[in-house]
Amino acid sequence: MNTQSNALPESSFGAPGIAPAAIPASRLLYWSVRRELWENRSIYVAPLVVAGVILSGFLISTIGLAHRMRGLSLHAGHQVDTIAMPYDFAAGLLMATLILVSVFYCLDALYGERRDRSILFWKSLPVSDLITVLAKASIPLIILPLLTFVITVATQLIMLLVSSAVLSASGQHPSTLWTQMSFLQMWWLLLYHLLTAHALWPAPIYCWLLLVSGWARRAPLLWAAIPLLAIGGVEKIVFHTTHFAAIVGSHFIGAAPVIARTGRDMFPTDPMTHITPGAFLGSPGLWIGLGVAAIFLAAAVRLRRYREPI
Amino acid sequence: MTVIEARGLRKVFGSTIALDGIDLRVEEGRILGLIGPNGAGKTTALNAILGLTPYQGELKVLGRDPWRERDVLMRDVSFIADVAVLPRWIRVSQALDYVAGVHPRFDRAKAEGFLAKTTIKRGSRVRELSKGMVAQLHLALIMAIDARLLVLDEPTLGLDILYRKQFYDALLNDYYDRSRTIVVTTHQVEDVEHVLTDLMFINRGRIVLNCSMEEFESRYVEVTVHPERVEAGRALKPMHERQVLGRSILLFDLTCSRVDRQQLAALGDVRTPSIADLFVAVMGNQTGTAQGGAR
Repeated sequence: MNTQSNALPESSFGAPGIAPAAIPASRLLYWSVRRELWENRSIYVAPLVVAGVILSGFLISTIGLAHRMRGLSLHAGHQVDTIAMPYDFAAGLLMATLILVSVFYCLDALYGERRDRSILFWKSLPVSDLITVLAKASIPLIILPLLTFVITVATQLIMLLVSSAVLSASGQHPSTLWTQMSFLQMWWLLLYHLLTAHALWPAPIYCWLLLVSGWARRAPLLWAAIPLLAIGGVEKIVFHTTHFAAIVGSHFIGAAPVIARTGRDMFPTDPMTHITPGAFLGSPGLWIGLGVAAIFLAAAVRLRRYREPI
Repeated sequence: MTVIEARGLRKVFGSTIALDGIDLRVEEGRILGLIGPNGAGKTTALNAILGLTPYQGELKVLGRDPWRERDVLMRDVSFIADVAVLPRWIRVSQALDYVAGVHPRFDRAKAEGFLAKTTIKRGSRVRELSKGMVAQLHLALIMAIDARLLVLDEPTLGLDILYRKQFYDALLNDYYDRSRTIVVTTHQVEDVEHVLTDLMFINRGRIVLNCSMEEFESRYVEVTVHPERVEAGRALKPMHERQVLGRSILLFDLTCSRVDRQQLAALGDVRTPSIADLFVAVMGNQTGTAQGGAR
């Protein structure tokens, strides 16, 4: 019955008794993040498409740019606002995209792999649940904010170059654009805003979504929303207050109250914004939120260990 | 060296007992076939061995506790749990990159070599491949991992006979050597009949048969009895009787009944039963519905 005895390959394999060198955690993390980017191409496709739409809209709008700029020189006070408006609009739209992509990514991250049974393949490889969950959490907390920053800067640069070219062609000097707006400061503020208001501050929200995606057997969006609505509803009925809803809401849209003392409006790229990183890092709201996020992540890691394909 | 050792392995889901305290010992270099009806506890046993599910009782795989030391264990253990668990979005080249990136014992050149024998294109996504090709790809990835224990849970379910045959041929010719151990479950018993070195039947969470293939061949005998000698045959208390084309086939367990091959040869044509026939006989006796010779 031992038909295999004549089919043994010569021992071309290494002696199996030797313990293999472990692959460093950083490399496991790197490959885990790469596989998330392979699987969820919307992470970079969605902001790129939005940037493309913004640029096409902006190109159309440059038709009347030269005329508007002539008019502007008459009312110097409103110049900055009018010039900066499309740039702020572009940044805002890309931030909204960031939130949307993050939410949908998180809801699918630990749910999709169970639904398509591929979790059985991932678990057959020596990558721990901790590394897998950390790699997934890094997408909304690190990768997407940085990617949004790069894409926003690139978009604004192209807008700047296009409008400069249009103005030069119409015989005006484009220097107004460059002198009225301090782009370096704007981009620095943007990076600060993305890392604080769109990464650290909403971390508990994204980690909650990750946890639910690892727990739900179906409809993770529903399961993520129902407890929040229930707690908010009970609070409203029993105490007639809306603190919970206010807290969740502020974390969700990235409206951290302490990242900056803004100038005339709330918009973060306003050059008058005076950032207050000290106040932000010292605010209990941030640290409570991060603590809650860590608890959610730990629960998600533990859950993935027990979970089977759906 | 003992690769898998279980004592009193038990697993309960609510009120269902999936594993009812099984003892198990698999030595290095064996190819064990775990055969059982649906819901017998095969997959639960494999999941416990692979550290995918917590359990009660003692279990050591390569000397480690698979539930607590799963992350380390997975460097030495690989498995294919079910067909078509490769993610549908992944490209063949990405799958190679990823496994090469995370597995310390993956030999990429070997995997490429296996793939070169197939028609699988490097740029294809898994969703574009046929079911058989997905199984080939998964096997190519797994065979290129220098693991000490390979666990296969229904690896060929739903594949046609050509892919199934290729699958086990590749496993034997290009992967197996005496320092590796393979545990396989399947319903297509005839596919693995000539592959196994050991055989285990499992039913309702208990092991009902556990023997090497050598033992199997010396222990079980099937006789196609001449019609006029059927009563004489039944008097020898076969463990199972079935009718094929109007002739009685009696199955004897030589270690339990006091008969020998000469006696049986006098009754008719003697041969070793197939695993499937023995399975039906053993499971039939288990449920008590088809007691051999009771008719």
